[in-house]
Amino acid sequence: MSEPVIKCESVYKIFGENAKTMLKEANGNVDAKTFQENGCIVGVNNASFEVSKGEMLVVMGLSGSGKSTLLRCISRLTDATGGKIFIEGQDLLNLNNKELIDLRRNKMGMVFQSFALLPHKTVVENIAFPLQIKGINTDESINKAMDMVKLVGLDGRENYFPRELSGGQQQRVGIARSLAVEPDIWFLDEPFSALDPLIRKEMQDEFLRLQEKLQKTIMFITHDFDEALKLADRIAIMKDGIIEQLDTPANIVLNPATEYVRKFTEEVPREKVLLIADVMDSTTTEDIGDLKVTKDEIIENVAEKILTQEKTVAVIDNNNKIVGSINPTKIINTVFGGRKNNN
Amino acid sequence: MELFKKYPKLFQWIFLLIVFFALCFAIDVPETYKFIRGQAEFVKDPNQSTFVFLGKEVRYYAFDVFWRLPPLLGWLPIWINDSLFFLMNDWMPMEFWNEDTQEYKTRPLVLQITRNLTAFMTFLIELIREILLGGLETIVAFTSWDWIDANPWAELPGLPWTIVAAGSAILAYKLGGRGLAIFAGLAMTYISIFGQWKPSMQTLSFILVAAPLSFIFGLSLGIAAFKSKRVEKALYPILLVMQTMPQYAVLVPALVLFGVGDHAAVIITMIVAVPPMILLTLLGLRAVPPEVIEAGRMSGCNNWQLMFKVLIPTARRDILIGVNQVIMVCFSMAVISAFIGAKGLGFNLLLALNQLNIGLALEAGLCISLIAILLDKMSLAWANKQVDYFGNLNFFQRNKNSLFFGLIIIVGIALAYFGSIYFKDGYNYLFEVPHNKGISTAGFWNKGVDWIFDTFFVYIKAFNTWLIVEVLQPMRALYLRMPAIATIVLVVGAGYLIGGTRSALVVCGLTLFIALSPWWDRALVTTYMATFGVIVSCIIGFTVGTLCFQNKHFTKFMLNVCDIFQTFPSFVYLIPVMMLFGITDTSVLIAVIVYATIPATRYTIEGLRSVPSGLHDAATMSGVTKFQRLFKIEFPLAFPHMMLGLNQTIVFALFMVIIGAFIGTEDLGQYILKALSDKKGAGIGLTLGICVAFIGLIFDNLIRTWVDKRKKHLGID
Ligand SMILES: Nc1ncnc2c1ncn2[C@@H]1O[C@H](COP(=O)(O)OP(=O)(O)O)[C@@H](O)[C@H]1O
Ligand SMILES: [Mg+2]
Repeated sequence: MSEPVIKCESVYKIFGENAKTMLKEANGNVDAKTFQENGCIVGVNNASFEVSKGEMLVVMGLSGSGKSTLLRCISRLTDATGGKIFIEGQDLLNLNNKELIDLRRNKMGMVFQSFALLPHKTVVENIAFPLQIKGINTDESINKAMDMVKLVGLDGRENYFPRELSGGQQQRVGIARSLAVEPDIWFLDEPFSALDPLIRKEMQDEFLRLQEKLQKTIMFITHDFDEALKLADRIAIMKDGIIEQLDTPANIVLNPATEYVRKFTEEVPREKVLLIADVMDSTTTEDIGDLKVTKDEIIENVAEKILTQEKTVAVIDNNNKIVGSINPTKIINTVFGGRKNNN
Repeated sequence: MELFKKYPKLFQWIFLLIVFFALCFAIDVPETYKFIRGQAEFVKDPNQSTFVFLGKEVRYYAFDVFWRLPPLLGWLPIWINDSLFFLMNDWMPMEFWNEDTQEYKTRPLVLQITRNLTAFMTFLIELIREILLGGLETIVAFTSWDWIDANPWAELPGLPWTIVAAGSAILAYKLGGRGLAIFAGLAMTYISIFGQWKPSMQTLSFILVAAPLSFIFGLSLGIAAFKSKRVEKALYPILLVMQTMPQYAVLVPALVLFGVGDHAAVIITMIVAVPPMILLTLLGLRAVPPEVIEAGRMSGCNNWQLMFKVLIPTARRDILIGVNQVIMVCFSMAVISAFIGAKGLGFNLLLALNQLNIGLALEAGLCISLIAILLDKMSLAWANKQVDYFGNLNFFQRNKNSLFFGLIIIVGIALAYFGSIYFKDGYNYLFEVPHNKGISTAGFWNKGVDWIFDTFFVYIKAFNTWLIVEVLQPMRALYLRMPAIATIVLVVGAGYLIGGTRSALVVCGLTLFIALSPWWDRALVTTYMATFGVIVSCIIGFTVGTLCFQNKHFTKFMLNVCDIFQTFPSFVYLIPVMMLFGITDTSVLIAVIVYATIPATRYTIEGLRSVPSGLHDAATMSGVTKFQRLFKIEFPLAFPHMMLGLNQTIVFALFMVIIGAFIGTEDLGQYILKALSDKKGAGIGLTLGICVAFIGLIFDNLIRTWVDKRKKHLGID
């Protein structure tokens, strides 16, 4: 494996006057309550994880759980109080101002919950803004920005001002702007939270389509567990600044690490989240039927087919090789049983 | 006892008042004290005792130390004066090259700096003035008088009034559309036809220099304060004092430093106009959403790009509202600066008032008001205008305004040329209507004033006498019975009850400063006039505001009226009252009342309007009558905002009382006016100004603290 694009080693962010000294004295054992009594607020508490190239890590947590703070530490919009952060092997906290600006101009893009567009610039000017800041001349930057306008489907509106666009359209501009410099790393802080549910779903689908094409390394923040399940390669669940669990959606649903995480998973329709591979037996029995399903199918899509079988169904991989089997009762158990066991 | 436990605050207040009145009765005004008109405090009086304090002799009346404290701060104005003179005349003498005499000369540094500054300002003002009106000075500045004599053609011709008028109409059109353009055109034409062109352009040129400079300084300081907490902390007290300092008072030190004339006025105007710009810049930059700043950072902006490409454009509206404020302050200063010899409309107004020529004063005042409204509306339109997209327009569409203006210039010049042939012998009316050669309505107004006087003299006189004898004099006597000690106890007690120790200490310091100055009695008179004005204004404003609030159209109308009245420089208000009541205290008080009613009305309406409509509906649904709703819901919720209005009312009243000195009052303002004509008046003027500012700040502190608490209690913003 190549080295991770983003790597955090016990990152802390503590707000307050003497945060640094308090963190040192705490010796890696940060308790939010004692800190609060001393006038400090713990934003991020001992976060360690890696994100590899082309992966999408979704950070999920309720409001105030420290998601944005974590993201701001990694983009160095705020300096982490303790710990180490590496971006493609570079020690982020040791970069000087110029190196940091270079990094942002070439490697990072960010999308914001409230869109954060510049009100005095048109759509295309907003998108061209990071390019112009970089020093690219006007014509070239506008041409480039026009490509981005097309990419997010805003052609025909490039000369509108943000005030003349709907929320969804504004966020498309925000996305286009963050992609204009062709960054490797893409940060999105609750990009769809301010949108209506229907628009949100449309934007999620479009986002997945984009990611399929672009294959960026992504940190995506959301407070919506369904959104996290839908988009994520892996999910980090945060509470009070602490990452409670970091795993694939399936593992989180099947094996919630803490009581807090389990509460989220309770209402989740498993058949929509889990893949065949997550529930199959890796042993193959003799008594196998004719039907074959691929292991990367979402259960919901093949459940009906499997349930009409009487025999165990063979599971194959992309190369048509049998890698396991699944019994219809297993499907029934997963869909209906799992939740009861937990209660 | 039960009651006491239920309302502990109430009893604390009652106790405080009892102590205050007890002290008032215990300490009598000394019988030998006479309130002497224009008494000079620095003349040695054999009845005075003396002692030495900090190396200065302090004189005081032994018998009244309780009534007014010994003037320990009496040396402050003298010390300020001495320091200023020392700075100007003796400090750091240096060799400077003198252009005129072609030799090195020794001059104190500060004097040299102020002289250079003065020369620079004079140059700027003259430049703009001569672009508008024509003249020689600018060319002289680059050459010499000899050269001018040799080249008689070399003179800036000035712009014909037609071009300036049409130009301002085009600008108004670009900023605010057709209505504003028509208003601008008509206003400028009126000014020209009625022969006020020259003074108006003089005033305008003053603003065209003062406003941009104030804008630049205010913006830079605002940015500095935004970037550094330390700068902000250092600026804060100055901003606070400048907001309550009467504009009049800052004129005095300007005299010493920069002399008499437009240049001194411009410099001092900047000192007054920069604080609101700083405040609004700071406010605007603070209001930029943090995510927009982060978006800028993530786009790779360095600090400079972040400030000028992200922060300032996003804060555009607040900053332009700041420009509006700057322009209005500059305009009002342009009028008041007449006292230190600035040319223009203010000067004409002052002259006319001095000669009691109400007709002329009215004409000048009308022009001042017209220009004030025009400037206000134009700068507000600019602030509210949103950027347009021009990319897809062709050259002609994009530049139609400039092209049109070019056309206007050609037509205007052609007209002026035609005029020079047509009006061969007399004045060229198509170039400039000379002062007092336009249509004058002064005679008409003067006749009107005479008629009013003849017809209503008896009634006015009777009203005047009644007011003075029955109301004002007893009230003044009551105020003069307030011993310094008792007042301090009252104010400090109120501060403590409202805002705790911190508030008490602040107001104690402010009051002590006034009490220790030699002008305790004058300060009482100022307070009495202001209080009278404030009480009446509040009653009127409150009633009118509440009544107007009942109807949407009235509300809007009233707010518009307030807007317009607020743009008039305070000095203008003296004209109609002098017209009706002549030179009496009544005139001043009426001006105070009219002027101070503006904020009282406005804040009442705004306060009532800010009551959430949800509450409104909820109350109506629970079957409350309109009356009950007003008293049970709207007033209590609107009250904090109305109290802020009271705060503004007090500041407005104080300003007007001080300006009223021009008519002849006997308070601090009178001393400021006197300091203006005193060679050693700088220190006195400044100290007096600070005293007035402190009176305002005492109320400001108490009211603001109370409002903040109350708002927190009610859970509004
Ligand atoms: N600048 C700051 N100063 C003090 N506390 C902050 C600051 N920014 C965030 N916090 C606190 O840190 C915690 C996490 O905030 P945030 O990361 O914004 O949460 P989320 O994005 O998950 O809603 C919250 O309790 C918040 O109050
Ligand atoms: Mg957040």
